[in-house]
Formats: sequence, structure tokens, C-alpha cells
Amino acid sequence: MTNTDSKAMQSGYASKKKAVNTLVYIILTVMVLIWIFPIVYLVMQSFRGEPGISTSYLIPKQWTFDNYIRLFVETDPKTGAVLPMDEMRFPYLRWILNTLLVAVLSCVISTLIILMVSYALSRLRFKSRKMLLNMGLILGMFPGFMSMAAVYAIMEIFGLKQQLIALVIVYSAGAGLGYQVAKGFFDTIPRSLDEAAKIDGATRNQIFWVIILPLSKPIIVYTALTTFIGPWTDYIFVSYFMKDNKDNWTVALGLWNMLGNQTMADWFTVFCAGAVLIAIPITILFVIMQRFYVAGVTGGAVKG
Amino acid sequence: MDYLDYVQMTTGQKIAYKFKSFFTGIPVAIKKFFLAIGMLIKKFFNFIGNGFKGYGSRFVKGDIGTKLSYIVMGAGNMFHKQIGKGLCFLAAQCAYIYFMISFGMNYFQKIYSTDVEVEPGVIVNGAIGKVPVHKTTNMFGIEEIDNLDTLDDSNRILLFFVMTVIVSVVFFVLYIANTKSAYASGEEIKNGKKPIGFIDELKTYLDERFHVTLLTVPIVLLFLFTILPILFTIFMAFTNYDEKHQPPGNMYWWTGVTNFQDVFYSDPMKSATFGKILVWTLVWAVFATFTNYIFGMILALLINKKEIKFKSFWRTMFVVTAAVPQFVTLLLMRLMLDDKGAFNNMIIALGGSSIPFLTDCTCARITVIIVNMWVGVPYTMLITSGLLMNIPEDLYESARIDGANAFQQFTKITFPYIFFVTTPYLITTFVGNINNFNVIYFLTGGGPSPAEYYQAGQTDLLVTWLYKLTVVSSDFNLAAVIGIIVFIICATGSLITFNMSKAAKNEEEFS
Repeated sequence: MTNTDSKAMQSGYASKKKAVNTLVYIILTVMVLIWIFPIVYLVMQSFRGEPGISTSYLIPKQWTFDNYIRLFVETDPKTGAVLPMDEMRFPYLRWILNTLLVAVLSCVISTLIILMVSYALSRLRFKSRKMLLNMGLILGMFPGFMSMAAVYAIMEIFGLKQQLIALVIVYSAGAGLGYQVAKGFFDTIPRSLDEAAKIDGATRNQIFWVIILPLSKPIIVYTALTTFIGPWTDYIFVSYFMKDNKDNWTVALGLWNMLGNQTMADWFTVFCAGAVLIAIPITILFVIMQRFYVAGVTGGAVKG
Repeated sequence: MDYLDYVQMTTGQKIAYKFKSFFTGIPVAIKKFFLAIGMLIKKFFNFIGNGFKGYGSRFVKGDIGTKLSYIVMGAGNMFHKQIGKGLCFLAAQCAYIYFMISFGMNYFQKIYSTDVEVEPGVIVNGAIGKVPVHKTTNMFGIEEIDNLDTLDDSNRILLFFVMTVIVSVVFFVLYIANTKSAYASGEEIKNGKKPIGFIDELKTYLDERFHVTLLTVPIVLLFLFTILPILFTIFMAFTNYDEKHQPPGNMYWWTGVTNFQDVFYSDPMKSATFGKILVWTLVWAVFATFTNYIFGMILALLINKKEIKFKSFWRTMFVVTAAVPQFVTLLLMRLMLDDKGAFNNMIIALGGSSIPFLTDCTCARITVIIVNMWVGVPYTMLITSGLLMNIPEDLYESARIDGANAFQQFTKITFPYIFFVTTPYLITTFVGNINNFNVIYFLTGGGPSPAEYYQAGQTDLLVTWLYKLTVVSSDFNLAAVIGIIVFIICATGSLITFNMSKAAKNEEEFS
């Protein structure tokens, strides 16, 4: 084979490779466009000045901030006076505050519970451990909201009917079952650390607080983020627990109600504005925790 | 067959062999599954048998204090100079007795009441709660008439009954622990040792028994707000707690397995609805799982192709769409896909005719599967990307030296590796899709809903039907039946695959 032949072959190979890569770029671009389209649509609609549910074009003809303002300020249609929050039809700020309260409380409680359970199941060895693991597996297979009516009855007896605190309890009491991801993480911390500490006379309590927890910052962050995001996106429990008690609605339920048959036409663009405001912080949190997410579902097969 | 024979086969034969071994493996897996259940039951009875044996022999061998502790809890410990511990046991016993007399016994009596007039002229055996009888004799032997307005609240009675049962089980465990502890301290005294003091014993809860400290609060919460409601719901499945029997005001009563019969065959409308929804749920779960898996993997391969630049940019673009809360994107899609929504507007503006995305059965079913891809593919992409980066590069290098082309590298290295690692993930996604509430409920609301469906529509899954039965029509008994069925499907599915996959055995690998 002469030198020129090999060069020609190389350039042919290179051009073929180039063509393949261009094709891949095109496919990726098209896919990104498809995937990003609803998000772009959402943002565009939130700035749309024209009324109505849908248009046949994407970019609004009239740009406006009114939709965002209407989330927080509602005026009386007759007098034009600004309504107080209690009289607003859709008190968005109230929903945000409600959700924030529920999310912060259940985040703190659930994170503590999850860390305690997963540490015990991962690093301590005791007689009923296998039984507890199996029990967790079995309880996790019941559909989450199957016993919703029963939980509601229990809350009613405790006098927590339609209270925000009931939501906190619902979101955090079951946290004990969500130990898998954190347990997978604790499993990967070398055992020799515990043993060395034990030789030095540390109790298991001290090992947990002084040695293991400081090493577990990533999993604490992950657990806190997931348990914090949960209440922001849950619709099922809120819708059943709060029913028509508007004052205690969370963002998910409130926004869902904005799209009721009566109000949809008037409030659709406001819904989009409200959704954008919620989506921004949650998206940021999610992007932060994505690598832990991967490590979690593949059972620690990936070192994040 | 030896490994050597396998390697010498052609690709076609290998695939055929894999298929054959997969399907011949199923009966074995099922057999193993039932064997495992049998073993569990055997173990359980062994456990109970041993418990009784130990209970008896401790009584015979123990000293007088130990024997006393079989009646008065904590007596043995106090007798053996463990005053603090003994007092704790005694307090527990007193509390339990007080609880049972003032509260618990009541519900054991009322849980199955006979001859109850639930409505004027309707007498029922097995009612949950009692309607005060018209005439009663009081403690002085004088007949008096009860207030007929107050009906017992069946809901409370069933709930408190379950609660009493749980408290009794917990107490029983404590009682056994008491006899064990009394015997152990007695033995120590017999051997000339001093039994451990109360303070020292408390200290063990920070060390040898630290798991008890960590797990008590979570388990109590689980009992109160997960196990108690689940048991309550399971009991509901055997009653007639539906729209017409809502306490307070109406009672409900035990009806045996009628609800199950209704769902399976005896009620034509409910059983037809159940059959159709079950089939669709399974079809949906298969399609939703595998479309996401395949497209997610293709996407990950494209992004992770060596020559492709801006990898993290592409990845982030897709991750962002997954991060936006589902109720937002899905509600938006519902409006966009509406008969008069944005997509149809655009199609009409371009000169086409509108498509019934969500209002025609087949169309709606295809739409939910496609939209589910929009929702789920970024997740699969994220996971498979992580795995792809983990495959050792030298595997590919040696394959290239052996002259393997890109396609061969994929089928021989990439795919087997990913498939092996993601098998547990596939199972969880399958189960997750059976329970996928969001996509269906927000997108179609279960619709289109023809009249022959009972409280459901053609895209409803078992779980969304469950939700509607609970929230919309208050058919709590039917909802409970559906919940139990979903549990059985998920449990059998995952246990069989769990037994088949090796992942379960490697739990201790890291420690």
C-alpha cells in the first residue's frame, strides 16, 4: 500500500466519521427542541398579554408582566380596589407560604428519620435486621395512597382534619420506608472506620454522630432535597386532605384548581406564570442533586 | 451446557439460547418463589414453637421471682434488685390494663355485633358497632330506654379495634421480654454475678443496643400512620363501606368476600371495568417501561459518543425538562393536546384537520405512552449515562484490537453491561409504571369515559381508578379491594424477578 492510498483511505474514514457525527448532532438538536418545546411554551404563555387558553402561534404578540402581578395582587372588578389575601380568588402567596411551611417541617423530620433508619439497617447488625428489611420491602409495595381514607379518618380523630400539620405528618411519618438510597450510601463507607473507633472506645452513638454523619454530607443533601421537593409537587394527598379548605391549599392543588372549567379561560396565562415561578427553584435543586439520584437508583453501582 | 459450547455458537443461536433459557427459567423461578414462601411460613411457625418452648422452660427453671414475673410484670427484676427496670415493666402492665378496661375491651365487643337494627326494619349480624337497643336494664334492674339518635361510628370502632390489636401485640412482646429479662437476671445471680444496673443498662441503648434507640421513633410512626391505616384499609375490603354506608349517620358491616366477588365476576359492570383496566394497566406498564428504556439508552449513547462535544450541555437540557414539576408540564400538555388546544390550532393553521389526542380511546392511549416518553426518557438517559461512563475503557480497546466494529462493541460489551446493572432498575420502573398516577391523571384524567365503565375511563390505571373510587365516589370498600390487588401484582412481580436476579445476593459485598 502506497502512502497516498493510505491517506485517501484515512480521509475517507474521517469524512465518514464526520458525516456520522453531523447526523448525531442533528438528531440531538431535534430531540432537544422537542423536549424543550413545552417548557418554552410555558414561559412564552406566562408573558402573553392576549386572553384565552391557546393561540396558534408560539411567541406572544403582546408581552406583559401582568400575569405575574396577578398572582400576588387581585383587584376588585367593580371598585378597582386591591383585595386582601383572604378575599383573593387564588391567593398564590398563601399557597407558597403553606407549601414552604409543610416542606421545611417535613424535610427536617424526614431527613432525620431516614438517616437514623438507614444507618441502623446498614451498619448495625442485630437479630431483627433482616426481618425489618423485608418488612420495609413489603410495606413499600402497597400503593402509596391506598390507605388515604384511613389516614384521613385517623387525622379526624386527632383533630387534625384539613390542617397543614396533618400533611407534615403524612409526608414524614412514612419516611422510614425511604431508606434504600441512604442505606446504599452508608454501605459503601468502609467498615474499618467503625472498627478503629470502637477500639478507641467510642460507642456506636458517638460513631454515628462524630464519624459517619460528617462523612455523609452528600447523602444528607440529597435526602433533604428530595424530601423538600416532595410536598411542592404532591397533588394526591393534598387534594384529598384539604378538599375545599382553600386557606390550606398548597401550590400544586391551587394551580390545579386555577385550571377548573369556570376559570380556565381567564386564568390560564396566570397559571403559566405561577408554574414558572415554582419550576425555577425546583429545577435548580434537581440539577444539583441529579448525580446523587443516579447513584441512588442503581444501588451504588455508580460512584457519584 | 458448558461455557465453551456457548462461546462457539453463532449470534443467532446465542439469542435463541438466551430466549429459551429465559422462558425455561420462569417455572423454576415461580417454583423457587413458592418454596421461599413455604420456607418463610415454616420459619414463622418454628419461631413461635421455639418461643413457647422457651416460655415454658424459663418458667420451670426460673426462681420464685421469675415465676412471679409471669403474672406481675417486673416482679422478677425487682426481686433480682433491678428496681428501675422492674418498675418500668410494672408501669407498662398497669398502663395496658387501664387501657384495655377503659378503652380497648369496648371495641373487641363492638367489632362484631349481632342483631343490630342498622336502619329501621333492617337487622344485621356482624355490624361494626351497636345501635343502642330500644330497651335496656340498668344496674338497678330497672328498664330504661336509650337515646336512639346516637349511632356508633363504625369508622372509629374499626380503627380503634385495629389500634387495640396493635397495642396488645406490642404489649405481648414486652411481656415476653419481661419474662426473658427476669430469667436472665436470675441466672446471673445463680452464677454469682451482679445483674446489670439500671443506669448501665440505659447506657447500652447508646452502644450495643443503639439500633433500638435509632429505630423506635420511626417504627412507632410507621405503625401509627402506615401499618395501622393499611390494616384498616384491608379490613374495609371485607365490609360494605361505600357511598350509602357512611358514618356518622350510617353504619357499615362485615360482608365477607362479596367485594372481591363483585370485582372478579358477580357484578357485571364492576367486573367488566376491572378486567379492562387490568389489561390496560399491564399493557401500559410494558410499553411505558420499554419505550423509556430503549429511547433513554439510545439518547445516552448518542450523548456519550466519544466525538460529541458539549456533553454536559446536552445532558442538562434534558434534565431541565425532567426537573420541572410533573403536574405543571402534564397539565400544560393536557391543554396543548386538547381538541381546541395549541397543537390542534397549529395543525389547523397549517391546513390539517384536528386530531382527537385525548378524546378517542386508541389515540389517547398512544398519546399517554408518547407523553410518558417525554417525561421518562431524561431519567433513563441520566442513569444509563452514569453507567456508560463506568464501563472500563480497556474493554473497548481490546475489542478494537480484535477487530470488533462499533455495532459489535455495543452488542457484546455495552448492552450486556448496562442490561445487567439496570435489571433492578427495570423492575422498579415496571412496578412504578403500574403505579404511575401522574401521567394518566393529569393528562387524560382517565378519560375518555364511556358509560359502561364504573367510575373510570379507558386510560385509567388501577391506581387512578383507586383514587377516583376514594375521592369521587367514596366506594372505600372497592378501593380497598383494588389496593390489595395492586399490592399482590407488584409483590409477586418483584419477588419473582428479585429471586431471579443476582443483585439480591450481593448486599453484603461492600461491608
